[in-house]
Amino acid sequence: MTGLALSHSPLFEAVLQLADDHLILGHRVSEWCGHAPMLEEDLGLANMALDLLGQSRALYAYSAEIEGAGRSEDDLAFLRLERQYQNCLLVERPNGDFAHSILRQLYFAAFMHPFWQGVSANSADDTLRGIAGKAEKEMAYHVRHCGEWVVRLGDGTDESAGRIKAAVEALHHYTDELFQGSAAMAACAKDGVLPEAESLRPAWTATITDVFAQGLLEVPEVAYPQTGGRIGEHTEEMGHILAELQYMQRTYPNLQW
Amino acid sequence: MPSTATTDNLDTARAWAAAAAVPDPEVPCVTVADLGILRDVAIEDGVAVAYVTPTYSGCPAVLAIEMAVEAALLDAGFEARIERVMSPAWTTDWITPEGCEKLRAYGIAPPVRGSSSKMALFGETAINCPRCGSADTQKVSEFGSTACKAHYTCKACAEPFDYFKCI
Repeated sequence: MTGLALSHSPLFEAVLQLADDHLILGHRVSEWCGHAPMLEEDLGLANMALDLLGQSRALYAYSAEIEGAGRSEDDLAFLRLERQYQNCLLVERPNGDFAHSILRQLYFAAFMHPFWQGVSANSADDTLRGIAGKAEKEMAYHVRHCGEWVVRLGDGTDESAGRIKAAVEALHHYTDELFQGSAAMAACAKDGVLPEAESLRPAWTATITDVFAQGLLEVPEVAYPQTGGRIGEHTEEMGHILAELQYMQRTYPNLQW
Repeated sequence: MPSTATTDNLDTARAWAAAAAVPDPEVPCVTVADLGILRDVAIEDGVAVAYVTPTYSGCPAVLAIEMAVEAALLDAGFEARIERVMSPAWTTDWITPEGCEKLRAYGIAPPVRGSSSKMALFGETAINCPRCGSADTQKVSEFGSTACKAHYTCKACAEPFDYFKCI
């Protein structure tokens, strides 16, 4: 598999970056299946993972169509090298405990919800408007569900409050990357296809501030934002995810389900 | 001898009827037409083309539905093709009133209308128990046994039930 050629259109790259965010987070959340602290949450987490994987499928299928080079959604999802994945770092962070996973989901969903709302209302691209029409509503469920948990954990016992505070400390400095977007996303924003990432910061901050206030948590200042995913510079954990995700296709090339 | 246009119309109606009768694989009490996911069936160059819209992004039944619709058209004697339509996005508002009634009779509370309203999305409207009709119900979990359902309990008759999520 060759590298992503520079001649790819910004639309292809931006849709692929979104697809990567959703696949990697969907995979992460799916790791909870069978391990959640209670049955309802096992169902909830598996359902949220399914939403993300479904959204990633639609995005990969569309990027394959834009590329028009004969690669399928599966080729894009399973047969690239680590440096070719351009997801943000937040989504590849390990699950940690339940508080970590729920907070990571809230951070991501609180960004994607207004993002898809913007696409659904204003995008010049029909296919993306179609994907966004459902994704914005699905993300609203994630924001609500995870937001309720963050409040409950923060305003719960010393143990639960300590865990959610540790999660905030571990994850908050990965959130800035959401608003930095990428060159491809900026080009798409200029074309009226995607919202400008930075423009979503007030909506995201309002959600997080509101949830944190109810959960008796402080929103920390980020002195050193962690970034690099959009140019393929990942954390150590990314390779481990791909080892699991790509195992079947690497061991049995072209295996069909 | 009917004109070609009439034959086409008859064929289109017959193809629509064949495709529309396909049941949903996970909720077999309703058909693809009840759910509003069969957008159109047209005869194009002698091929019956069914335009189908996927439901929830994570619904694993999308492929099964497309295959079932294609098979139904083949069974009815048509050459068939499926076209997936992404935009405009499907919403639970497209489920027909008959479809909602079938869901209720099957024991699944149908989605609240007006999916784009915040009230409906955030479950602040009353969900009636499909068994006794009481509005005194309680959400157990936002997420249920499939991507399309949430889990509720009726406080009046104690029936646990699924609510078809509004999107």
